[in-house]
Amino acid sequence: MIEFERVCKRFGDFVAVDDLSLRLADGEFTVLIGQSGSGKSTTLKMINRLVPHDSGRILFAGKEINGFREEDLRRRMGYAIQSIGLFPHWTVARNIATVPALLKWPKARITSRVEELLQLLGLDPAGFAHRYPHQLSGGQQQRVGVARALAADPEVLLMDEPFGALDPVTRSALQAEIARIHQVSGKAIVLVTHDIDEALLLADRIVMLDQGRVVQDGTPRQILLEPASDSVTRFVGRSEVGLKLLGLDQVHSRMRAPISASAEGISRSATLREALSALIASHAEQLPVLDEHGQTVGSIHVADLLDVTR
Amino acid sequence: MQVWQAGLIKNRVLLVLWLAGALSAALLPLLTHAPNRLVTGKGISFAAVLSGWHGLVLIPALVLAIAPFCRKHPLRDGIVLLACACWLSGLLALAGHEAQQLALTDSSYSRTSFGGGAWILWGLGWLAAADALGQLKLGPRNTVLVALAVLAPGIGLLFSGQLSALSVLKEYANRRDVFDAALSRHLEIVSATLVPTLLIGVPLGVITFRRTWLRGPVFSVLNLIQTIPSIALFGLLLAPLAALATHVPLLAQWGISGIGVTPAVIALTLYSLLPMARGTAAGLAQVPAAAVEAARGMGMSPRQIFWQVEVPLALPVLLSGLRITTVQAIGLTTVAALIGAGGFGAIMFQGLLSSALDLVLLGAIPVIALAIAADALFKLLGSVLGERGQ
Amino acid sequence: MNPAPPRRWWLDPLLWTGLLFLALTFGMSRLQPLFHTLFPEQERPMYLQATFPSLVLAHVLIVGLSSLIAVVVGGGAGLLVTRDSGRDFRSLLETVVAIGQTFPPVAVLAVAVPLIGFGTTPAVIALALYGLLPVVQSTIAGLESVPQPVLQAARGLGLSRWQILWQVELPLALPVLLAGIRTSVIINIGTAAIASTVGTQTLGSPIIVGLSGFNTAYIIEGALLVGLLAVVTDLAFERLMIHSQQWRLATMPRNRPITSASPASAQSR
Repeated sequence: MIEFERVCKRFGDFVAVDDLSLRLADGEFTVLIGQSGSGKSTTLKMINRLVPHDSGRILFAGKEINGFREEDLRRRMGYAIQSIGLFPHWTVARNIATVPALLKWPKARITSRVEELLQLLGLDPAGFAHRYPHQLSGGQQQRVGVARALAADPEVLLMDEPFGALDPVTRSALQAEIARIHQVSGKAIVLVTHDIDEALLLADRIVMLDQGRVVQDGTPRQILLEPASDSVTRFVGRSEVGLKLLGLDQVHSRMRAPISASAEGISRSATLREALSALIASHAEQLPVLDEHGQTVGSIHVADLLDVTR
Repeated sequence: MQVWQAGLIKNRVLLVLWLAGALSAALLPLLTHAPNRLVTGKGISFAAVLSGWHGLVLIPALVLAIAPFCRKHPLRDGIVLLACACWLSGLLALAGHEAQQLALTDSSYSRTSFGGGAWILWGLGWLAAADALGQLKLGPRNTVLVALAVLAPGIGLLFSGQLSALSVLKEYANRRDVFDAALSRHLEIVSATLVPTLLIGVPLGVITFRRTWLRGPVFSVLNLIQTIPSIALFGLLLAPLAALATHVPLLAQWGISGIGVTPAVIALTLYSLLPMARGTAAGLAQVPAAAVEAARGMGMSPRQIFWQVEVPLALPVLLSGLRITTVQAIGLTTVAALIGAGGFGAIMFQGLLSSALDLVLLGAIPVIALAIAADALFKLLGSVLGERGQ
Repeated sequence: MNPAPPRRWWLDPLLWTGLLFLALTFGMSRLQPLFHTLFPEQERPMYLQATFPSLVLAHVLIVGLSSLIAVVVGGGAGLLVTRDSGRDFRSLLETVVAIGQTFPPVAVLAVAVPLIGFGTTPAVIALALYGLLPVVQSTIAGLESVPQPVLQAARGLGLSRWQILWQVELPLALPVLLAGIRTSVIINIGTAAIASTVGTQTLGSPIIVGLSGFNTAYIIEGALLVGLLAVVTDLAFERLMIHSQQWRLATMPRNRPITSASPASAQSR
């Protein structure tokens, strides 16, 4: 889908991206992570040519991106940013319709698409379509921002720290939302963040950058279990590796047969980390596991949580 | 000071205005009356004109005297506004009627005009209305509309003929043609200025916004022009333009010469470029960078970004640049009368040079009214446009 | 720590326009041959009803006096309505200033005549009245621009009200205040020139006499001097404003380039 071949980018004397080679697969959720100045944001912006690359090649759909007309390239990619950048003089509906209108979709198709997207992002179309951005909360604005990025059914969704400015509750709600959208649509998503928990939660694949170079490229589990260097370990947080590993799996992956216990149950889709927390809080060695309807379907045992490498 | 707040008096502003009004009503002449327009008139006090129905004007005054002691409430401010409207028009009606009475007993050369007291009482009435309007917090659009409503009875009186015995309106009646010609000439010069101002000023603003290095030199030059006093700029343009006209007959055919409308429009355009270009650049500068980045990221072309995102978002500030430009041009056109461009300035300066004070007012009042009207109009437009975005 | 401009004193525009202004003020009469050549049709191309130095002095006195009144009264009013005791009057004052500034200065001058009479006094009063408006506005804006945390800190440190005003608020408000005074003075220089139509001797007198007598030479003599006076004053104020903000440049973090405070960004506001 997107390929970087020995790409470099300098700003004056500062080397932002240094000899980067990377291949992002179809349908994959890739998270670019690193500290500020690591080149992660520059890398993302080179994909849609907001930042031109100095040397090397970047391919999109098998073709060097400089071979596209700039606007055409961008219209095939969704783009959402931390500062959202909704157009304050347009309604929510008009904002979402930006790219479809640029692509000259028929009116009826745009209207139905806008409605569909508002629903997808949990915004009631009747209530929100005709509001102006300043009438929305920060979380709602970012939902609209994501909807706008998805509007013309782009082949890839580029997100530059989209949840960075939100409060923790809103942020986790939107993270869940984007994970769901990824699952439903099967679209490739490239997301930039400096938040390791966000990366572990969302990514199929994490690319960790430092000083414009890739320091590690792998699954969340690989990043936690086989850190390529001390700097990766430090970034992940040495003392919490175990807990973070537990966060990668869901309860149903370690489920045993049901038990008859009086303790409060835990959802089968909760993470193992949440299960451990619940076990500790209820002073129990095991807890019943519940499905979506609250029926007991199994149990989770504290001993099974200790073997995280499984 | 806390005692003030907590005590009997709920609106100190209104009370101070009222006391100032009472003081000026007692000390300054409401009207002046003279046997002809060249002699200084005798003062007629406020108290002297209160006989008969004229006393009714004391009712709004009484209401305004009580209002400072009432609790802050929209109703109070509404009543104050109503009282102000009555007071402003009542004062006019009273002055007009008194002038009629005096005209009956005197020769037709006699002149009755407003004295210092009338101006001050009128101004204070306006301030009281402005204070009440401010308390009501109606938003820019409704504020302008209510202000118009307060002014409406006064304007009605002006056109009803009730005031025609007042000397300013006598002057108007004597020179209706001159006045109408001045009005159309004044507006003509202002509109003729706005066209090149928009055509040059807006692109200049856009360029200085895009090319940062141009900002320093361009605004230095425009600021230098703005610094030169209008009368000096008119004077300095006079000689070169006159020389151009004599040596290049073609230019003379186009109407270019040292005096008249053309040099006025040229000078006014030069003055207008600074507020126009600055308003445009400032408007573009306050467009959120995130909106522009998002627009680029979504694949809008530079042209689309400019017309669909930057221009609409810059428009309110750009309009305020146009407002400043227009108000400034209305004022400066007055000075342009000195180089024979006509307009209300011609009436005003004629009055000044011949010591005919009513003539001065006949020239000055419409200019002030035009400037205030243009200011209000652009503010109204800006608020209507801004309501959607902000 | 040293003031940034002037980099080279011989390139300083203030110096050159100032010198040119002085040279023309005292040496205009020596240019008589030049004006004779330029305007051969004029018998007397040199304004002689008053000497140019005396006109300049009169002009500067009128502007200086009216601006002084404007600064004292306008600054006082602005100060008053930003204190707790005068806060009620603030919105009214701001309304008056906003409406007043749409009045053309010439119209204010003209209207002053019927109320006060002809001569220098009404000119000074009208100029002072109009000059008040930008001063009031900038006083309020300047005092308002002082950050709240700074005021709280000053109070917390035990400074008295007067100490806060003199040592914290006024120094911090000074650049904005100066901008208002600059606007006021520049407008007054121009309006004072027109005041010669209400019977005041100013640099406008040769222009008005020249316009009514079709003597272009008079017009140019007056216009040159008024124009230069305004430009010199403006440049001097600009210099003053840079000096009043020395602390702003000096306290800037060293690793950040000075250009972020360049005059261009200040002007585009």
